[in-house]
Amino acid sequence: MTRNKLSVDHLLGIKYLTENDLNLIFQTASHFKEIINRPIKKVPSLRDITIANLFFENSTRTKLSFELAEKRLSADVINFSYSGSSISKGENLIDTISNIIAMKVDIIVLRHPSPGSALFVSKNINSCIINAGDGTHEHPSQGLLDAYSLIEKLGNLKGKKIAIVGDVLHSRVALSNVFLLNTLGAEIKLCAPKSLLPKDIESLGVTATDDLVNTLKWCDAVNMLRIQNERTDVKFFPSNREYSKLFGLDREKFNKVKKDVLILHPGPINRGVEITSDLADSENAIILNQVENGVAIRMAIIYLLASKLKMIDYDY
Amino acid sequence: MVRKTLLSQQKFETILNRLACQLIEKHKDFQNTVLIGLQPRGIYLLNRLISILEESYGIKNISHGKLDVTFFRDDFRRAETILSPKSTKMDVIVENKLVVLIDDVLYTGRSIRAALTAIDSFGRPNEIELLVLIDRRFSRHLPIQPDYLGTQIDAIQGDKVKVQWNKNGIENIVYIEEK
Repeated sequence: MTRNKLSVDHLLGIKYLTENDLNLIFQTASHFKEIINRPIKKVPSLRDITIANLFFENSTRTKLSFELAEKRLSADVINFSYSGSSISKGENLIDTISNIIAMKVDIIVLRHPSPGSALFVSKNINSCIINAGDGTHEHPSQGLLDAYSLIEKLGNLKGKKIAIVGDVLHSRVALSNVFLLNTLGAEIKLCAPKSLLPKDIESLGVTATDDLVNTLKWCDAVNMLRIQNERTDVKFFPSNREYSKLFGLDREKFNKVKKDVLILHPGPINRGVEITSDLADSENAIILNQVENGVAIRMAIIYLLASKLKMIDYDY
Repeated sequence: MVRKTLLSQQKFETILNRLACQLIEKHKDFQNTVLIGLQPRGIYLLNRLISILEESYGIKNISHGKLDVTFFRDDFRRAETILSPKSTKMDVIVENKLVVLIDDVLYTGRSIRAALTAIDSFGRPNEIELLVLIDRRFSRHLPIQPDYLGTQIDAIQGDKVKVQWNKNGIENIVYIEEK
C-alpha cells in the first residue's frame, strides 16, 4: 500500500525519490487530471500558500504548466524572469531568493542553468524548493510527466522497453527519465551519436547504442530529445542534415519497425531535425498528452509538498 | 474500547426502505434528479438506495455519481494526517437538476460544506438536498441539516459512529465505539 506522505521536503531530483513517492505522485496526479477536466478546474486547497516561479532560463511549457498548476490549486503566484531583474546589478542567487522569501513566499519553483542549483538553494534557504530544471542535471517534473504518460498507455512499466534518443549528454530530461524508469523497473536504451553520450553512462543501468532502427524495433516507447545547441559552442556532429539522417525519426525508419511504438517528446520540437512533422503529429505520438499530464503532475507535486509545510501558528 | 450496536440489521433495512420511499415522494420518476454519493462511505449508501429503488420500486436509470471532496476540505495542513483523495466519477449533468447528496454519517457538517463547494465545479444545480443515514445531533460546527434522515443519535466528541456495510456475509449494522 502506498504511504500518503512524500519522503522528501523538496523536489530536487528524481534520484532523491523512493518508488513509494513516485506512486503517490502518480495516484494524486490521476485525481487532479479528473479535476482539470471539469467545467470548473479549480480547487481551494492552497488558498493560503504563495508560490514564486523563479526562471533564470527561458521556458514556455514548464513555466506555464507550473503557473497553471498553482492557479488551479488556488495558490497566490508571483513570477520572476532573469531579464530585467536585479541579477544584472550584481545580486547573487541566495540574496535574490532570500528577498523573495521575505515577502512571505512558501514555495520556490526554480529553473537555473547551473547543475545543482536547486540543491544549493535548498541548503541555504529555509523554504520548499521545486527544481524546474537545473542545467544539464535534472528536470524531475518532466521525468514524472513522461512516466505518467507512459503508464497511462502501457500500464505498469516493469519490464517495458523504453528508448531515449538524441542529445543525452546535455539533457536533464534524459537523466531524470533514467533515474525514474530504473526505479519503476523499465529497461532503458539510450541511442545517440557517441559524442552525445556521457562517458560511463552504462553505470546507471542502461544500455547505449547508435543504431536507431534496431532501437525502435526493440522498444515499446521512444522519447525523442532535442539537440541543445544553446548549451555548447562546440559541434558534436558535422551537420543537422547528417544528424537527422542517422538519428532523426522519420517515416522511412518508423515503417521498418512494424509494431506500435509510442513517441514522446519533451518539447520544444525542432521539426525536421530529431523528428519529422508527420510522426510528431501521428497517432503514435503522445506529445500533447504529456503537456496535459504535466499540469496534473505539477499539481500533485505542489499539493503533496505543500501538505508537509508547517501551518502558521494562529495562537497569537 | 467499548463497542455498542445502535442499529441492528432489521432496523437498518427498514430505514433504508423508508429513505427510498421518501425520495420517491419528492423525486417521483427521478428524471430530473441526480443522486451523488460522497466518498468514501456515502457510496455504499448510494448503491443500496439505488438497488432498492430499482428492485423494489422498478425505477431504472437513476442518474448518479460519486464525489470526493478532499481538495475542498477546510482542514488541509490542519489535520494530523495528510488528506488522501479517493476517486470522483461524475458522468452526469448537474446543471438545473435536483441533486441529492448522500452520506452515511452527518457529524460536524464540514464534509457537506466541502461537497456543496465541490458540486459547483460540475455546474449549478437548481436545488441541493442532503440525505444521511445517521445524524450525530448536537455536534454540528456549521448550520447544515439533513433533508432525509435515517436516525438521530447522541454521541459525545471522541466517540466513533461507524456503519458496517454488508460484505462477505457480515450484517449491515451501525455501532458506536466509545472512548
